[in-house]
Amino acid sequence: MNALLTGTGLHRSYGPTPALRGIDIEIGEGEIVAVTGPSGCGKSTLLHCLAGILKVDAGEVRFRDQDIGLWSESARSRLRRTEFGVLFQFGQLVPELTAAENVALPLLLAGSGRREARKSATLWLGRFGVGDLADQLPGRMSGGEQQRCAVARALVTEPKVLFADEPTGALDVLTGEQVLTEIVHVAREQGTSVVLVTHEPKIAAYADREIALRDGVLDPTGLGLGIGS
Amino acid sequence: MSTSHVLLGLLSAGPQHGYELKRAHDERLPRAKPLAYGQVYATLGRLERDGLVEQSGQDQEGGPERTSYALTDAGRDKLAEWLAAVEPPAQYVASDLFAKVIVSLLASGASAATDYLIAQRAAHTTRLRELTAVKTSGDSSAGDVVAADYAIAHLDADLTWLQTTLLRVADLHREVNA
Repeated sequence: MNALLTGTGLHRSYGPTPALRGIDIEIGEGEIVAVTGPSGCGKSTLLHCLAGILKVDAGEVRFRDQDIGLWSESARSRLRRTEFGVLFQFGQLVPELTAAENVALPLLLAGSGRREARKSATLWLGRFGVGDLADQLPGRMSGGEQQRCAVARALVTEPKVLFADEPTGALDVLTGEQVLTEIVHVAREQGTSVVLVTHEPKIAAYADREIALRDGVLDPTGLGLGIGS
Repeated sequence: MSTSHVLLGLLSAGPQHGYELKRAHDERLPRAKPLAYGQVYATLGRLERDGLVEQSGQDQEGGPERTSYALTDAGRDKLAEWLAAVEPPAQYVASDLFAKVIVSLLASGASAATDYLIAQRAAHTTRLRELTAVKTSGDSSAGDVVAADYAIAHLDADLTWLQTTLLRVADLHREVNA
């Protein structure tokens, strides 16, 4: 499998506190990779660095074999709008916009026409079972409904990579499962790669492969517990 | 699991012969260990001896002669009693995993126990991924999904136990060898 996205020797600190201490990672095209480990192991920081949201202190992140650290902020921001989709634990929808407007937003930012964007938004909302909430404001939806809208928004541009940070952490078991299953289906159909950050083995099991972190480095035991070292 | 109770339950739909019972069992309880024919006939024999089922007819559609069995009133009562009875929740802590860790600490020491726990954790994780794939495959029946859910929940509980036990190996080793 060809690597679509690679991180090599990634280092990142917050002030004096190191979060990543030399991580090497490869994500293949269409591959679903879970990044696991206990709280504070650096898994969310890794996701943010791979997605180009955070800059690394040392090392490089390459997408289609180009070092995105060398790109301008506007070029990286364009990359995030078109090739990457990002999904967090709490949907982070824009509260003043309806579900359809939220989902259409990345398309409008990427230059799509209003009608076309609205059409795609409705399609993706339907796909995640919230088609009839298209004209609803986020404040009037349940947490599960908001998260389904957020997934639709993350996938509406048909990104090459979806970055999902504890995407089902705030959902009940069944809703979380439906959301994950749908993400897997979309990824398989469209060849989307997925970086799935989670601390739960049950969620990591949706991935093709699991990478465990401990204290900012890869944990070869796969346990993320510092055993046997 | 009690095969005899499951057979009584399957017979509540009407008389069936052994072959039909085996097929109904394997279809309704997907991912359970398939019943062997011998086990079906041996169990039916015991149930008949105890008056819980009775022979209800012979049928010979081109093949060998087959005996149908039907529930008796006593069988119906027995089934109702089993269905209503709550299973004792974790009455004894019986697990090969647990026993192996303790024996490993006694016989081989902390690093052997740790190696075993890590290897078992990897095997559990692989199985968890296989069963999760059953759920996302799209062509699984509701029965498949519910069966996978059951196994996934138990594997997940085992995984939590394996991980916490890894953290407790040193304490456990001191206690076992005190």
